[in-house]
Amino acid sequence: MSTWLDLIKEKIPEARVLTELSDRYSYSFDASFGEYLPEAVVQVKHKEEVVSVLKMANEHQIPVYPRGQGTCLSGGPLPVFGGIVLDISQWPEKIDVSPDDLTVTVTPSVLTGNINKEAEKHGLMYAPDPSSAHVATIGGNLAENSGGPRGLKYGVTKDHVLGLEVVTPEGEVIRTGGNTIKNVTGYDLTKLIVGSEGTLGVITEATLKLMPKPRDFQTLMVSFGEVRKAGEAISKTLTSGILPSKMEFMDQACIQAVENFKPVGLPKNAAAIVIIELDGHPETLKIERKLVEEIMEEVGATDIVVPKSEEEAEKIWHARKQVSPAIAKIKPTKVSEDATVPRSKIPDLIDRLQEIKEKHKVEIVAFGHAGDGNLHPNVLCDKRDQEEMKRVELAVEEIFKAAIELGGTLSGEHGIGTMKAPFLESELGEVGVDMMKRIKESWDPNGILNPGKIFAEKGQKLVLRNE
Amino acid sequence: MSDLQVLQDKLNYDKTFDCVQCGYCLPACPTYETMERETHSPRGRINLVKMVAEGKATVNDLESPIEKCLGCMACTTVCPTNVQYGEILEGTKEVIDEQKEKTKRRQQMERFLFDEFFPSKNWMDTLGDASWFYQKSGLQTMAQRTGASKIAPLHIEEFEKVLPEMPSPKRRRDRAKRYIRKRPSTAKVAFFTGCIMDSVFFYSNENTIELLLRSGAEVLIPEEQSCCGALHAHTGKKESAKELAKQNIDAFEKENVDYIINNAGGCGAKLVEYDHLFEKGTEWHQRAVRFVEKVKDISEVLVDLDHLDFQKPLNKTVTYQPSCHMTNVQGVTDAPLELIKKIPGVQLKELDRPDFCCGSAGIYNVVNYEESMDILDVKMEDVCGVAPEGIVTSNPGCLLQMKLGVEREGLNDKSDAVHLVDLLMEADPQ
Repeated sequence: MSTWLDLIKEKIPEARVLTELSDRYSYSFDASFGEYLPEAVVQVKHKEEVVSVLKMANEHQIPVYPRGQGTCLSGGPLPVFGGIVLDISQWPEKIDVSPDDLTVTVTPSVLTGNINKEAEKHGLMYAPDPSSAHVATIGGNLAENSGGPRGLKYGVTKDHVLGLEVVTPEGEVIRTGGNTIKNVTGYDLTKLIVGSEGTLGVITEATLKLMPKPRDFQTLMVSFGEVRKAGEAISKTLTSGILPSKMEFMDQACIQAVENFKPVGLPKNAAAIVIIELDGHPETLKIERKLVEEIMEEVGATDIVVPKSEEEAEKIWHARKQVSPAIAKIKPTKVSEDATVPRSKIPDLIDRLQEIKEKHKVEIVAFGHAGDGNLHPNVLCDKRDQEEMKRVELAVEEIFKAAIELGGTLSGEHGIGTMKAPFLESELGEVGVDMMKRIKESWDPNGILNPGKIFAEKGQKLVLRNE
Repeated sequence: MSDLQVLQDKLNYDKTFDCVQCGYCLPACPTYETMERETHSPRGRINLVKMVAEGKATVNDLESPIEKCLGCMACTTVCPTNVQYGEILEGTKEVIDEQKEKTKRRQQMERFLFDEFFPSKNWMDTLGDASWFYQKSGLQTMAQRTGASKIAPLHIEEFEKVLPEMPSPKRRRDRAKRYIRKRPSTAKVAFFTGCIMDSVFFYSNENTIELLLRSGAEVLIPEEQSCCGALHAHTGKKESAKELAKQNIDAFEKENVDYIINNAGGCGAKLVEYDHLFEKGTEWHQRAVRFVEKVKDISEVLVDLDHLDFQKPLNKTVTYQPSCHMTNVQGVTDAPLELIKKIPGVQLKELDRPDFCCGSAGIYNVVNYEESMDILDVKMEDVCGVAPEGIVTSNPGCLLQMKLGVEREGLNDKSDAVHLVDLLMEADPQ
């Protein structure tokens, strides 16, 4: 047995140091691709335990990979070079709401959805709402800077973080930011840590911003005969002075997949639909709803559905949530991408996806948070078909290329991880990546914290096959 | 076919690809919550099955994670991609059962339990007469005789405390096989009595018959019926489960009934999936499909017949602990609540997490006692929050487990667990 493992066991109760093969395999994957066997899984429950693991790992140069509940779609927690998976999911949960300050302080293991539930008890809301909020930990959300449909109006995770407690890769505890809305003291390390994908530190506590919960909500579902029209409708709404809380897009393939999976009465013949949610005061909503309807008609919507009850609205949103499982019925493997473009370029992105689909003979469907330009093109394939997966790799590469060429970004909300690392330079340029690497090197001189993420090894390529 | 291909086939390797590893099952899984590691979550278990099928891990590595699964199927109701976890689980149990190097004693013990004990009417009668856990000790005697005495500690004394009163052997043998109403009947119902229900909870079975009669149904009890086979299938003995299914299909085909009813969530779940045991297109599959179409839980039939008018108000607060198999496999959720709400004077307070398993799970609480008690503790915390005077359940295993929970929390003088049919009868329906 290696000595570092013995050292760990001196500090962490043995029941939380997992070395059996079955346990190691259970932490070898996330919700993306690839499987890497760690040498041990260490389940930490206190800040001091994180400190002792990182100090030991730094001294002995053992890689450490922080992991929440492993719902990551970009490979963030994968133990690509072996070593230790640092599981934070079993940390005791604490959600302290300060209603008068409109803030909440949480431990990293708290499920994101639960923060919102606690906030609602005080008439408040935690705005970020990634689709995995009921299962993902806030620690993981902070590391990956998660988004969600409400990102359109309220921004992503980083826009709601006031302060952090972080253990550095060398095992020191620091605090960044604070508890106030305004805070301009020094460099903004909070924003640097959030979205750093666990490469700069392990977050052990966070203070988050809450906001008043909107009084009421109004949903609309609008059908279009042409995809381009849907894109235009989105732009036009957003420049009209109305800011919906959500504007979600589904193409025809997604609509049909949902209807074939569990029918909810979506318009099967529409080329695309846009589902809109407005939030605010009931009186304002009446006016805004009317305005949105006018815009939609003007752009050339073929149908507008205004649900009459909360249940009817819920049905529409449920249909949107069914997209992901429904399209998995087309083919078993789902490569879920995260290309984001300026909002006006959504129709162009859709055209490009169509070209890529034909060129590489792969199934691609598109849906997502179109209101903020964040689309999720999904390539549907079969992992067991090596030849097909090769074509998928090429198609995915071209999707990223298209996003960047249209002035967009590699990732709107999933992070870079292992999946997009090979493409980083194409967005940031050589010097841009080098500046980021310098930051990483100064924070983590021995490179022990979550290596293999964000920055590609020389010659690294996107691989979706088991080789 | 190579050995690995054979293994892949048995493990339902193909079905593991339906899992996209999203992790949405994690919050639903009781063992993930109490055992605190991914290895004991549905996603972790499916991944391990895959690893074994790919030759990266051995069947041995799978054994504990699979055996510690309750089989409550809560994961299947939240799974967005509809993974057939039940089939993966049963296939894997079969492989483990085949490959396990069992001691001769354990083999004899299992042969006795599954081939003789559960499927035997005589044994079940003896069990009922002497009481379930006395019989458990009888079982031990038997085990000793067959040289199988060194089985896992069964914590019999714990369960013995919570057993209901047993009927006399005479009363049991005197039960009719056919209850015909004097007035014209609205339905013809065959009653699947179940092993444990008919031995340990004999009075609940009598109440079930009475409720059906009062609802206007004619009730038959086919004599050749046997054990449903759920416990066999859940321990990887698919062939035995199949034989039992055939026997039951045969027994219930003899009369043309409208419903085949049961009052045990776990049995019902097996009965409604009899068609899964046989290959499509075969004669047995067709017969199984016809059988399955008639299978209903007692609560559904009582709601359908809608003839009960409760005379006696029961002034108390109750909560309802649904059987996992009734909720997650049979999909029966509303009917029991509807019936409880009809009883005058009963205040129904729902649990915070009714769909969290109680930890009984067939014989899980006997073979994995410690793990089962950890799960029961989570359940009882929820129950204590509601502080009911009665806990209503719909499965014998859950009923015993909840009684044990009440005992463990020291709530005996404040609360009790009852089967739904007993609560309904207490309110004197006419």
